[in-house]
Amino acid sequence: MKRKRERSAASVRAVEIGVAAVIFLLGALVVFDSYRLGAKWGGDGPQAGYFPFYVGLLICASGAAILVRALRNPAFAAESFVSRGELKKILTVLVPTVVYVALIASLGFYLASTLYIAYFMWYLGKYPWIKIAPVSIGVSVAFFLIFEIWFSVPLPKGPLEAALGLN
Amino acid sequence: MEEVNALMQGFGVAVSPFNLLLMFVGVILGIIIGVLPGLGGANGVAILLPLTFSMAQQPGGTTSAIILLSCIYWGALFGGAITSILFNIPGEPWSVATTFDGHPLAQHGRAGSALTAAFTSSFIGALIAVIMITFLSPVVAGFALQFGPPEFFSVYLLTFCAFVGMSGGNAAKTVASMMIGFALAAVGLDSVTGTLRLTFGFTSLLKGFDFLIAVIGLFGIGEILETLEEGLAFKGASAKINAKVVLETWKELPRYWATSLRSAAVGCFMGIVPGGATPASFMSYGLARRLSKDGHDFGSGKVEGVVAPETAAHAAGTSALLPMITLGVPGSPTAAVLLGGLLIWGLQPGPLLFVEKPDFVWGLIASMYLGNIAGLIVVLTCVPLFAAILRIPFSIIAPVIIVICAIGAYTVHNSMFDVYLMVVFGVIGYAFKKLGYPLAPLVLALVLGDRAEENFRNAIKGSQGDLLVFFSNGLVGGLTGLALLLLFWPLIRAGWRLVLGKN
Repeated sequence: MKRKRERSAASVRAVEIGVAAVIFLLGALVVFDSYRLGAKWGGDGPQAGYFPFYVGLLICASGAAILVRALRNPAFAAESFVSRGELKKILTVLVPTVVYVALIASLGFYLASTLYIAYFMWYLGKYPWIKIAPVSIGVSVAFFLIFEIWFSVPLPKGPLEAALGLN
Repeated sequence: MEEVNALMQGFGVAVSPFNLLLMFVGVILGIIIGVLPGLGGANGVAILLPLTFSMAQQPGGTTSAIILLSCIYWGALFGGAITSILFNIPGEPWSVATTFDGHPLAQHGRAGSALTAAFTSSFIGALIAVIMITFLSPVVAGFALQFGPPEFFSVYLLTFCAFVGMSGGNAAKTVASMMIGFALAAVGLDSVTGTLRLTFGFTSLLKGFDFLIAVIGLFGIGEILETLEEGLAFKGASAKINAKVVLETWKELPRYWATSLRSAAVGCFMGIVPGGATPASFMSYGLARRLSKDGHDFGSGKVEGVVAPETAAHAAGTSALLPMITLGVPGSPTAAVLLGGLLIWGLQPGPLLFVEKPDFVWGLIASMYLGNIAGLIVVLTCVPLFAAILRIPFSIIAPVIIVICAIGAYTVHNSMFDVYLMVVFGVIGYAFKKLGYPLAPLVLALVLGDRAEENFRNAIKGSQGDLLVFFSNGLVGGLTGLALLLLFWPLIRAGWRLVLGKN
């Protein structure tokens, strides 16, 4: 609780309960599907769902145990899991990362990576474009040389590589 | 002295110019990986594993490939000490105890001594562990040749029970993390019955979850998110190191021979038990503080306080490979990734490896000796260079690391779906870390899930569904019993204390 001044976006208790509930549901899902497949002894050996069925039961049990402990511990409610400032910082990285990953399929790996690194340097690092351009393009060119040429591991390519005739 | 002959043959395999080059490349890459936030031994090896696919297909290539990857592991172990001492940022969980005395030493201007002590004791810890591996692994492998499915399953059970009982954290969280790993391993086509399990109609889940993707996401993306939250700037002490400081520190080190030996013993023992490196480093730090004559000064910058955890962590990290090569049970997440590599290259880890592929096994063991020497040379001469990496602004290094993770995830199966999964695993990794769920059991269960289930099935098939097969003879019964003992160890200890009274 070193950052008490900042407002908390979520308490440890809330997140703990949420995660435990998700784990419990996940376990229930595993149990349900394993039961559907058959979780008994099948004549010549265990059925396909035998092993996962008990794995699912253990997931449910551990999820329930964590949930009960979180509900009974009042200290968790006062503790901050993530402050608003921290959450904002994380989202400024996570959201562009999701966009970046989604763009790879249409733009290709190298162009998407260049834009992603450039965004980071511009938004978080506050660098001038004169520094952003060489670093972001240079890193992508280096990756191109390493993966496409040195290791001959092809990565997804898009319109830029097609225009440059690098496919 | 059969082992010595075999080892000499292993040196014959390992000492080729190409393999020696790979050792240095691996160590340097490993140190960089260990120093960078978001990259560690496990995901570093996972990212580079696909690059060895073509290498492993050449004759003798699997040995070269494992030399490269295991040297990355040694390098990452060394790299963790650099960030702990200079920046007070433990790169790996087992480097946490190194910060206690290492960082105060650096603040008092003795960074050179702290680093020299850390590297040298790491090397000694690793060396003792490798000697143990050399002589013990043929014995363990020979013993394990008699194992059938029930014995193998009980070894797996022992591994996982040890996690629950020995980790010291919240047992329910350890179980949850482990069982999620098993459930993820079960997703996809079941090879025995040919049915689809847990796919819920999604075709992209047919192949199941690859543990490499999980490792890259959980440890890589998750750690970047965590680092981000703690702040963007790293403030570190300068890394001045020269021959004079090294020699002076080496003169001081023999004084701590008892601490070294004790820590190495703790490390070797704990390393065989999965997840052992972190408790080993804390345990030997604690022991050294209690037994040393200037124990009350620990924490203010004592060289001995660096020697103890580093020796133990490296001994544990190295001996984690013993159960991997002899039983096919990895002792750490990085060992799990190496094991996954063996499977991908078409090798079956386990006791038969010593019989069928002696060149590979002994080449690997010989490379452990040489790789650690290479590591010591590289870290002692190039520390300032590696420390400079951490001075690259976070806003540049973070996206580059995420791009590297994305490339690593993509190249495993040339699939974009894996890259999306990696981001999902990253968010899970961040939440799990902050809530104190251990990640290592999840990874180990994901790697071992199929093999554990296969052995379980074969075992109870043999006994017509009777679970007492796991107690059917002394060997399997002993293993299962030990597993249960470890599982309930915290309860047994609490009960014992209750009986003895509250002293």
